Amino acid sequence: MRYLPHTSEEIASMLEAVGVDDLDSLFSTVPEECRFSADLDLPESLTEWDLNAHMQALANKMAVSPEYKVFMGAGSYEHFVPASVSYLLGRSEFVTSYTPYQPEMSQGTLQAIYEYQTLTARLLGMEIATASHYDGATALAESLLIAIRVTKRKRVAVSSLIHPLYRRVVHTYFEPTGYEVVELGYLENGVTDLTDLDNVEDLAGVAVQSPNFFGCIENFQAVGEKAHDRQALFVASFTEALSYGLLKSPGSQGADIACGEGQSMGIPQTFGGPALGMLASRKKYMRSLPGRLVGQTKDLDGKRGFVLTLATREQHIRREKATSNICTNNSLCALAAAMYMASVGGTGIRELARLNHDKAEYLKKELKSAGLAITFDSPTFNEFVVEFPTGFQTTHERLLEKKIVAGLPLAPYYPELANHYLLCVTETRSKEDMDAFVREVTS
Amino acid sequence: MKEFLGTNGLILNEPLLWEKGKKGRSGFSLPRRDVESSPLGQGLTCEGPDLPDLSEIDVVRHYTRLSQWNFGVDTGMYPLGSCTMKYSPKTNEKQANLPGFAGAHPLLPAALSQGVLRMMFELQQYLAEITGMDATTLQPAAGAHGELAGMLLMYAFHKSRGERRSKIIVPDTAHGTNPASAALCGYSPVPVKSNDQGILSVETIAEVMDENTAGIMVTNPNTLGLYEENIHKIAEIVHAKGGIVYCDGANMNAVMGVTRMGEIGVDIIHLNLHKTFSTPHGGGGPGSGPVCVKKELEPFLPVPCVMEENGIYGLSEDFPESVGRMQAFHGNVGVMIKAYSYIRSMGPKNLKKASQLAVLNANYIKERLKGTLHLAYDRPCMHECVFSDENQTAHKIATIDMAKRLMDYGFHPPTVYFPLVVHGSIMIEPTETESKEDIDQFIEAFKAIANEAGRDPDLLRDAPQRCKVRRLDETTAARKPCLAG
Amino acid sequence: MKEINELNMPDDARYADDHEWARLEGDKVRVGLDDYAQDQLGDIVFVELPQEGDSFKKGEVFATVESVKAVCECYLPVGGKIIAVNTALEEAPELLNKSPYGDGWMAELDPAELSEMDTLMTNVKCLEKLKGAE
Repeated sequence: MRYLPHTSEEIASMLEAVGVDDLDSLFSTVPEECRFSADLDLPESLTEWDLNAHMQALANKMAVSPEYKVFMGAGSYEHFVPASVSYLLGRSEFVTSYTPYQPEMSQGTLQAIYEYQTLTARLLGMEIATASHYDGATALAESLLIAIRVTKRKRVAVSSLIHPLYRRVVHTYFEPTGYEVVELGYLENGVTDLTDLDNVEDLAGVAVQSPNFFGCIENFQAVGEKAHDRQALFVASFTEALSYGLLKSPGSQGADIACGEGQSMGIPQTFGGPALGMLASRKKYMRSLPGRLVGQTKDLDGKRGFVLTLATREQHIRREKATSNICTNNSLCALAAAMYMASVGGTGIRELARLNHDKAEYLKKELKSAGLAITFDSPTFNEFVVEFPTGFQTTHERLLEKKIVAGLPLAPYYPELANHYLLCVTETRSKEDMDAFVREVTS
Repeated sequence: MKEFLGTNGLILNEPLLWEKGKKGRSGFSLPRRDVESSPLGQGLTCEGPDLPDLSEIDVVRHYTRLSQWNFGVDTGMYPLGSCTMKYSPKTNEKQANLPGFAGAHPLLPAALSQGVLRMMFELQQYLAEITGMDATTLQPAAGAHGELAGMLLMYAFHKSRGERRSKIIVPDTAHGTNPASAALCGYSPVPVKSNDQGILSVETIAEVMDENTAGIMVTNPNTLGLYEENIHKIAEIVHAKGGIVYCDGANMNAVMGVTRMGEIGVDIIHLNLHKTFSTPHGGGGPGSGPVCVKKELEPFLPVPCVMEENGIYGLSEDFPESVGRMQAFHGNVGVMIKAYSYIRSMGPKNLKKASQLAVLNANYIKERLKGTLHLAYDRPCMHECVFSDENQTAHKIATIDMAKRLMDYGFHPPTVYFPLVVHGSIMIEPTETESKEDIDQFIEAFKAIANEAGRDPDLLRDAPQRCKVRRLDETTAARKPCLAG
Repeated sequence: MKEINELNMPDDARYADDHEWARLEGDKVRVGLDDYAQDQLGDIVFVELPQEGDSFKKGEVFATVESVKAVCECYLPVGGKIIAVNTALEEAPELLNKSPYGDGWMAELDPAELSEMDTLMTNVKCLEKLKGAE
């Protein structure tokens, strides 16, 4: 086996140095009743040739671009990734290193993550950002726990237009804690209804997503004011980080914490993971943040360098009193996002975000002209909800055969929205794709 | 004698991203604009975030230079104890990057995602087979996330029996994530000490286990690299009081095909695909922390689970007692593909061989270094061995100094100052993918350093000298944190 | 780290088992961490202090002190109501290392039971205890 370098002579000489007769005897401390004497029932080893064929056959059974036109976002977005980003991300000094516990040997990772923290904070209009979390959903759950720690209160209010699967994750995290999650309804124009907030006692934080699950842009300013009136934290959530290339940032509108999914920033969709949990906040909350933080410092010669810092918040030191149990995060995905942001640049990200918006507006307009109803009239970014005629399910299935995924049906998540679909258009969909889509769904 | 690896090379300086570039440069090919511009409401937009503008070569040189300040398994031996820094096969990366996987949307209908679903289903089965358990969830994103899943399972299990237990037993040799994960579920950890052999004794557990204790979190092999020889009896005690045995499987690399946790009393185990199953650690992640359970815990597994019926694969959420979702979608699928490729490439015999060789390498280092460094527990070890700086304190040399000096010799230091039960600990895990000659060089380097400790201790205190930077001021970094530029 | 005979343990203060000190100043009590504790912790990077007006019983956690790689909870050696905290520590936690009994004091309190001072050790007793533990 090519991954195991030992020759039989080497094994023999090492066994002799250890003072045992054979490999089995190395396990003398494993009691007899704990031994597994059979062989593992696993498929026999494949050659690299056979593995390639097997994996390719599996990959061929997947519906992906460019063969398929997927008009679906809902937390995972098809964006173009420059070859330079994929190439750099493959550098094995980044890929095969561990968490940078020894800073002198890990300055590459450390400076890159410091840069990621900075670019993310700038994108979200916040002062600081953490080194990464698993995904947008876990970043939201951890953010709500920060609000509870900071305010020492026990209840959070969460918009029903936050991604339904994110809310499920919040419930998973909250179930054994005794803290309570209150859901806020939504208005006719597709944004969160904040009126119920006044009735929530012991309020630690308010979480609202923008663009929300219907693609609508929320009035963050108003949420922030309401939350702050109650001395609660405003947690701004998002699934499409690219939107802040164009839209006002959460920080500029009063968010105390901004958290969400950074997959749009150069990370392949890969069936949903690994993704990138972005979490940024005001500096005054830095000691309540979960997960790793990289800070700038100097070495003995006064040269600039970077280290993991404020580690006393973390599980390996504070153990059961830590701000979180997170250890391994999604560092390489953060690195991808930094490379992507650096490649697109400040000028480029605005144009790219604009293009996403304009393409989605084009499709919206064309569907309207074709007589379909756009359910919510609030402004949107690159996703929106459309109502198709009753029985569209059949058309949806027929279109799959034509290699078009005509959006996400909303009924499983919002039963009141039968026949409503969430559509998404990014820079990867051409005008021709969209024209063909309109023809197909209206024929 | 052979030359050591460490040497001085040309390392280039590189500023921060925003210290270079010029407004108007771009490193990105914007797609052709084929639709008209459409106005967006007043007050919704901003000027655009303050990101630097760089050309493609600016970006490429930047990250190439940064990468050269880093050390990875591909650079050299990385014997970080408890982290299993084995070689990450390149074919695994290739498979995960196949467009059919990398481009797949997570909410695709099952009919359009059979390939990845089959891979996940089979991986669930392989992991259950390796651990001797009945069912697997692939949802958790990392080891600590798997621990959290395990704690949630324990909580849900007791709840289904109308119980709310408040305590959990956590040995002093546990990873810090264990008590932190338990605390997230409202359990207060009851610390127990390991005995003079470095393992848990049956009596200690019998003393603390009661009907208000949810169970035990045990790491086996433990963080001293020792097999928990009493695990079977300990499990009986915990079970007799209605408790659950959770095993932190971070150290599975020692025992594949040698011992199966499901057969020795363990009810829940998490695995780290980024340790045992060769997926690269990426400078801190992403990992993947699947959890395998016995039959009676299956109804509580996180959703979705991958199911198979007549050769058709699908995601099922039909678990009314489930603890819920651990992340938005289906886990770190990209990492699963690499682990799957690894298991398929290795096959059952090589997996067992990998564990045997990992244990051989660790015992070899233990034997050859035990005169040089103080060995905390002089017993046969599993995949890692734990020394301390006791032999060097006379020269006022501490573990940290030897660790930093190892860098100059071209090795990544071992895990230091963990586990906490050994003062000044040095925890070495070579893994099976290091050859005898690389290990011999590592041993020689450590001996040379121990020699320097007596002869010229300042060489160690001033180390490292051959890295991009010298020792860094962590105190000022924590006193006056500068977390963004 | 300091040898025991290098420790500065002034005789005007009383010492708790966990190495907090308390000093009577008029009818107020000033508290802090002793030389042994600051030396063991090493460079202190952050101090979390109580709010003025908070009340604690003897032995309750009233503050936490952090070094780069350790966290230490501080237990109030004498119960009472906090009437002043040393806000200088927020900006300059190193004062706790440099001057543990002077500029590095932590809090001042109105003692609930002044007699609790008598339950604490003198400097001589505290040093003896440290020697015994060696």
